[in-house]
Amino acid sequence: MTNSIGEIANADLILACGTNTMEAHPIIWYKINEALHKGAQLIVVDPRETDMAQLATIHVRLQPGTDIALLNGLMNVIIAEDIYDKKFVKERTLGFEELQQVVAKYTPEYVETITGVPAETIRKVARAYAGAGKSTILYTMGLTQHTIGTDNVLSVANLSMLCGMIGRESTGVNPLRGQNNVQGACDMGALPNVLTAYQNVGVEAVRQKFEPFWNCQISDKPGLAIGEMMTAAGEGRIKGMYIMGENPVLSDPDANHVVHELKHLEFLVVQDIFMTETAQLADVVLPGACFAEKEGTFSSTERRVQRVRKAVEPPGMARPDWEIICGVSTAMGYPMSYASSNEIFDEMRKVTPSYAGISYQRLEKGGLQWPCPNEGHPGTPIMHCNEFVCGIGKFKPAEHVPPDEMPSAEYPLLLDTGRRLYHYHTGTMSRKTMIEDYMSSDTLEINCLDASDLEVCDGDKVRLTSRRGSIEIPVRITETVPKGLVFTSFHFSETPINQLTNPKVDAKSKIPELKVCAVRIEKIA
Amino acid sequence: MALVTVTIDGQTVQAPAGTSVLDAAQSIGIKIPALCYDPDLSAVGACRLCVVEIDGMRNLPTSCVTTCSEGMVVRTNTPAVLEARRTLLELLIANHPLDCMTCEKAGACLLQQYCYEYGVLSSPFKGDQHAYPIDDDNPFYLRDMNKCIVCGRCIRACEEIVGRNVLDFAYRGFNTKVGPFMDTPISESDCVYCGSCIAVCPVGALEEKKMVGVGRTWELEKVRTTCPYCGTGCTFDLNVKNGKVVGVTGTDGDVNGRFLCVKGRFGYEFIHSDDRLKTPLIKKNGEFKEATWTEAFDLIASQFREIKDKHGSDSFGVLSSARCTNEENYLMSKFARAVLGTNNIDHCARL
Ligand code: SF4
Ligand code: SF4
Repeated sequence: MTNSIGEIANADLILACGTNTMEAHPIIWYKINEALHKGAQLIVVDPRETDMAQLATIHVRLQPGTDIALLNGLMNVIIAEDIYDKKFVKERTLGFEELQQVVAKYTPEYVETITGVPAETIRKVARAYAGAGKSTILYTMGLTQHTIGTDNVLSVANLSMLCGMIGRESTGVNPLRGQNNVQGACDMGALPNVLTAYQNVGVEAVRQKFEPFWNCQISDKPGLAIGEMMTAAGEGRIKGMYIMGENPVLSDPDANHVVHELKHLEFLVVQDIFMTETAQLADVVLPGACFAEKEGTFSSTERRVQRVRKAVEPPGMARPDWEIICGVSTAMGYPMSYASSNEIFDEMRKVTPSYAGISYQRLEKGGLQWPCPNEGHPGTPIMHCNEFVCGIGKFKPAEHVPPDEMPSAEYPLLLDTGRRLYHYHTGTMSRKTMIEDYMSSDTLEINCLDASDLEVCDGDKVRLTSRRGSIEIPVRITETVPKGLVFTSFHFSETPINQLTNPKVDAKSKIPELKVCAVRIEKIA
Repeated sequence: MALVTVTIDGQTVQAPAGTSVLDAAQSIGIKIPALCYDPDLSAVGACRLCVVEIDGMRNLPTSCVTTCSEGMVVRTNTPAVLEARRTLLELLIANHPLDCMTCEKAGACLLQQYCYEYGVLSSPFKGDQHAYPIDDDNPFYLRDMNKCIVCGRCIRACEEIVGRNVLDFAYRGFNTKVGPFMDTPISESDCVYCGSCIAVCPVGALEEKKMVGVGRTWELEKVRTTCPYCGTGCTFDLNVKNGKVVGVTGTDGDVNGRFLCVKGRFGYEFIHSDDRLKTPLIKKNGEFKEATWTEAFDLIASQFREIKDKHGSDSFGVLSSARCTNEENYLMSKFARAVLGTNNIDHCARL
């Protein structure tokens, strides 16, 4: 996020693109609610009429996968009506002419034909966004889990720069991360192309800094992303895997394939707190400690580093994951030993400029937001204030490209997947609590028009099939989804929706197109 | 903002115009009792316990909704004020179960606290008592409306914080009752079980179901930590007794204050689930067998070494975790790069 969560409460206009914040990030929704009580406008861009969409000032109900067309349409209006921030564009950005050329053809009337959103609504939203004092954009997977996810994100950035809605309090572009420490995992370099704080492995100076520090040679070849790793495993190029705290069998697209690929490995180690679907396939399973049983830090979506504290002992022989990694490493002849997680943190911040000023001692007084370059630094609640971190902001206009799979005669419907308020990810944690007593299965949301075409009633079980797989699931007839779209979550192993989803990834971000794939439904007699 | 100067119990204090008398008093350490007042919610002046004397004003105004004005002279503990508060408390407990010895809230109940402070032992007022059934047919919390003091904090929390508007007052007078639309059980309402109403209830009317009977409030050790679910980074207290997490309560988080969602507040039982992995397991002939750490480490080391020798470093793949700590992700990256010698490391950030 470029801003802090608390600032949302003071925004004048919130543009929520592809985020069902009310269910996926309830506390962030509380801030939106606070802003609404203070008179802010809320614009929700979502094909589904979620609870939040019902509370919106304007609900922009676009066709799935047409976000770029919509965003270009907004920019078209803003430029045509001359209501963009000329000073900001002149002083802080590059490439305005190129942007102008690309969005020129996206007139509201043309965009209506792509998105299904009335031209008048597009004009209204454009004027509201550009005209408000403090506009802020929130987005999540609804924008990124597409083959054109990177372009979606760039288009959002284009819109905010065009209107100068960035780098001030309560204005900005704010991706909301799904899992509690996704931000931290990225910051720490659990990525194929970068080390901590996004220092690129391809850069010699970076390797030269880490090599003596870690006493090793670092490969200059960027590694494989998760999907590529799975493919490589299937093809026999990857022989051994070490998976810590992830359950790709349920969370990854085209799950049948993932199982097949993991079975192909010579040796698989899985470290987790439960016997997950992925752990079942392992040669060795290592019992880790959960968050309540260890010390450490998490970094939230607003770049806030906060403490995790030990409250109870791990069960049986289970150990904190860091201790296990040390054990494996030492057995392999590279001794790792730390007295505490604090010691690891202090080692890490020596080579991580954005975390250098953060210490356990400082965190006792509350969280700190990176960049925090030295111990006197208060942390950074708002990024890109006077200047973009990378200097000048460059417009990178994008063209609308339809989703990889569109409805066809054989697969006439589109499937969208997401989260439910009550569960989390693949359910490994939330399904082992009292929440399971409340919600222990999921349904497929379907519009009543599609339901009547298929002659199915509420609760009827159907067979849902894509080009990759097929599952059985009961339907729930609702106006939440428009005709032609069906929706369910990926929390439940009984209805493993990722057996159906499309593993085709965005060329740049490597994020798969989990949000849309073509499906058909058959009634089960 | 313009400052105004007021005198409270002989002390002068400067406060921004618009500040309530109650907040101004708190700012100089003068405590005024209040049941319906909550710093995170709008002030309504309903319980009247926060009455004070203000020069030039008739009757006793409620300090939570009276704003400071220049030169105002306030007294918070005159005989008239104390008498009024005592009477209000006597009225409140006339229709209250007074089962403090078994009430979950004992020790953290504001009504109990104020009766103690004001020496209110029993009520001279005799009248009807409510006999509502307890609403507990949901897995998360129970509502005992016999203990409700109709302060309306829960109603305001649900509207102003959570934005769900599930609760409101129903009926009138003595029969006034807080509940969902049409006074149905909570399970039939639009409640999303965030528990924010429980967090603000000053008495024992709203309680986490699974925390009933697990320990008195003063026995629970509170360990402040960060939520393991979504990326918002809410802070909460794990409530621990005898080495077990028995509940989660809100505290004063940087991001979330005292408020949480259903996962943060009620999603803790996996910690002590019987299904937790407790020993290393090694698969032999398709079946997992329990092993010691040394056996597991030795096997992994020899297998990984063999793969490295035969196929090279890039024949490894490592998945780190968005659910593990920063320290663990850092070590996993170091392990992949320095020990296995590959950049093939990723996690589920994209999913
Ligand atoms: S639990 Fe949350 S949603 Fe339900 S009534 Fe209480 S505040 Fe409202
Ligand atoms: S339930 Fe609690 S918070 Fe709600 S009105 Fe009654 S006493 Fe107040």
